Amino acid sequence: MKKTSALAVTALVALAAAACGSGGDESDAGADGGTTTITVFAAASLTSTFEELATDFEAENDGVEIQFNFAGSSDLVAQLQEGAPADVLATADEANMDKATADDLVGTPTLFASNTLEIAVPPGNPAGITSVDDLTADGLNLVLCAPEVPCGAAAEAVAEAADLDLSPVSEEQSVTDVLAKVGTGEADAGLVYVTDVIAAGDDVEGVEVPDDVNAVNLYPVATVAESEEADLAQAFVDLILAPTGQDALADAGFAPAP
Amino acid sequence: MTLTVDATVDERGVDVALEVAEGETVALLGPNGAGKSTVLSVLAGHLVPDRGRVVLDGRVLTSLGRPGERRTQVAPHDRRVSLLAQEPLLFPHLTVLDNVAFGPRSTGVGRSGSQETARRWLEEVGVADLAGRRPSEISGGQAQRAAVARALAATPSLMLLDEPMAALDVDVAPQLRQTLRRVLAERTVLLVTHDVLDALLLADRVVVLEDGAVVEQGPCAEVLSRPRSTFAARVAGLNMLRGTWRDGAVEVVHGGRSMRVEGIAADPVPGEGEEAVAVFGPSAVSVFLEAPHGSPRNLIEVTLSDLAPHGGQVRVRADTLSADVSVRAVSELDLAPGTRAYFVVKASEVAVYRTR
Amino acid sequence: MGVPRWLFVPALLGAAFVLLPLVAIVARTPWSRFLELITSESSREALALSLRTSATSTLICVLLGVPMAVVLARTSFRGQGILRSLVLLPLVLPPVVGGIALLYTFGRRGLLGETFEVLGLQVAFSTTAVVLAQTFVAMPFLVVSLEGALRSAGRRYEAVAASLGARPTTVFRRVTLPLVLPGLASGAVLAFARSLGEFGATITFAGSLQGITRTLPLEIYLRRETDAEAAVALSLVLVVVAVVVIGFARQSRSAV
Repeated sequence: MKKTSALAVTALVALAAAACGSGGDESDAGADGGTTTITVFAAASLTSTFEELATDFEAENDGVEIQFNFAGSSDLVAQLQEGAPADVLATADEANMDKATADDLVGTPTLFASNTLEIAVPPGNPAGITSVDDLTADGLNLVLCAPEVPCGAAAEAVAEAADLDLSPVSEEQSVTDVLAKVGTGEADAGLVYVTDVIAAGDDVEGVEVPDDVNAVNLYPVATVAESEEADLAQAFVDLILAPTGQDALADAGFAPAP
Repeated sequence: MTLTVDATVDERGVDVALEVAEGETVALLGPNGAGKSTVLSVLAGHLVPDRGRVVLDGRVLTSLGRPGERRTQVAPHDRRVSLLAQEPLLFPHLTVLDNVAFGPRSTGVGRSGSQETARRWLEEVGVADLAGRRPSEISGGQAQRAAVARALAATPSLMLLDEPMAALDVDVAPQLRQTLRRVLAERTVLLVTHDVLDALLLADRVVVLEDGAVVEQGPCAEVLSRPRSTFAARVAGLNMLRGTWRDGAVEVVHGGRSMRVEGIAADPVPGEGEEAVAVFGPSAVSVFLEAPHGSPRNLIEVTLSDLAPHGGQVRVRADTLSADVSVRAVSELDLAPGTRAYFVVKASEVAVYRTR
Repeated sequence: MGVPRWLFVPALLGAAFVLLPLVAIVARTPWSRFLELITSESSREALALSLRTSATSTLICVLLGVPMAVVLARTSFRGQGILRSLVLLPLVLPPVVGGIALLYTFGRRGLLGETFEVLGLQVAFSTTAVVLAQTFVAMPFLVVSLEGALRSAGRRYEAVAASLGARPTTVFRRVTLPLVLPGLASGAVLAFARSLGEFGATITFAGSLQGITRTLPLEIYLRRETDAEAAVALSLVLVVVAVVVIGFARQSRSAV
């Protein structure tokens, strides 16, 4: 039942696409002896690092082009489950990677980085936040990720470890949403990844969360089982794990995988 | 005088001055685009003239561009001027009774009082039995009667009628015309119409507009029997030739040819060189294919433009002139559009008079 | 009047394009868990919040949109065309942009935010913010539909009413409004439906907290993270509510 309806929708879309006469896609380009494209599905927090690495990778491998799909980890896995074509999957947590592994969508994942949480505050820290204990202050506009998404789960872990009863004014869909609310000053504080605070530049300031209560998010990467460019996909994974990749990740604020 | 109007609307090239006495019905005649609707809009307050003055019952409704006078433009709802248009425009969401009660209701009369007034007016125009219906459930003629009742129930000082019969079936119009004749008597009314019957039966006086100005006015019978304007002549169904009075005849230029038209000159006889008109009915005209000889008759060379049945006869038109001839004559002479012919009319059948 | 036969082919394709995704949702709905999924506390709260805020924003749309439509349809002044285009802007603006714009207006550091702060009002992260976001995106639907109704109704009935001695307010109340009631009703329904589906401006401006700001679309989007089936079940609820609303609108239109 599920399969047939999905098929019908795909058929319709394909029909429409065919009617529009959009012929040329990446496989055509490859057959021309032009460029070969590999598609990388990566968690949004990896955007700047991966784009940097892609430039290196394309320079080293002539005629290869990397196409990215940056999104929330669960979106990426859902898209793979629906049959979206990809060669590499890198998620921001193990739970979502586990879903992909369980469906045999990817090969064996490797952990390549870890990320911890930090308190993001608006520039100038108007609410004067100095520690996680300040997050329970009365009238404080605290914004977290929803527990359903990885950064929210991590925030819950911090609250539990530090024995805090956090009452956020909003549980956002993504780190971006949390940062936006803190950056515009709507919120006084938010819990996001260290890398996000760094990536946000001057928009927000970071207040450290002590290691003993911090949550550690592990980033796994794997090649996609149905990849038509398995070798190139593995090569990109290798680049991430190599010193070049690890240095770039460290620059963005990621810690090495344990 | 209850109503005096003097208004200029530059954009529409209208500059009109007219008066309507208390209890008088004045028919406003004129070709399309002459400015009749503009005059009504100015009176109703929907159109603000560039300059002008409108006074009704001593109340200044409009005074614009008058040195030394306060600028005044009274809002439509405060003018006590009711408008009856071609279409009844009954409010579709109200019953007939509530439509008629709308005026009194809006001016502060209570619900039952308004409805009582409304019922009286519906009876007056003969549609009391339709009080509970919706406008969509009654005929066009009935709706127009209700619209008359509605306009009257608002107790206007001035009634404006804009071709009230134009949208009605020909067999309904006469009855409504009779009703209007009855209910509009003794009221101050300005009636815009194309129909000479409306003017004859409803109006005391006729005002003819052409190109945005009054060209002629007077009692209906006089204007229609002795028209001085081309339009009035056409409305009256008369032929008119306009020219200059010289040596006992009207010198006319018709169809590019100069000719003399002789007739019976009415008092006061036009002075030499004065503008004058020669007027004659279509039935006074005979049609010949060749110029006849003999008795002193007026001879007009024409090219026929149109033939149409007209009350058992055939009306033969040539440009602005027309002649009524028998069907037999048409077939004997083989008349058709394009035929060159002569319109012949005896001098004794032509009325000649000054244009002013 | 005949319809060219070939028109049916693209017409059917178009209908299929709109209807198939709905079929897909029904096909994917986890019926065995359906009741459990849509009656969970968070689902119920999201639906209740959506209905409450949409009703409120529709009311505000009517209160402010009706005068706006009347002014746009019945008067003319310099810059009216530009004003109309600007007022209708939310129709074509991505809702996220609307959310950002609202943030910089009613947010803490926004144009009016400081005034509100002084008054002790905080708009951001409150249900009020949800209503503001919905009103912002829904208002043009009401204004457009009502202005169209006003224009096609024309001014002749109003002119007659005035000539009968009715003051402008009386004309508006007893003639204009009743005449455009069907247009107003369908405009209000459209506004309600748009409010119900509002997502982008809400998530940008209002935030997301169960029972306070997390409306049904936000709940659906969030559920996708962990339980795709729940998201599908809730989507179906939203589809059903929308169908009911549109059906209601059709009925009320044909009744007038």
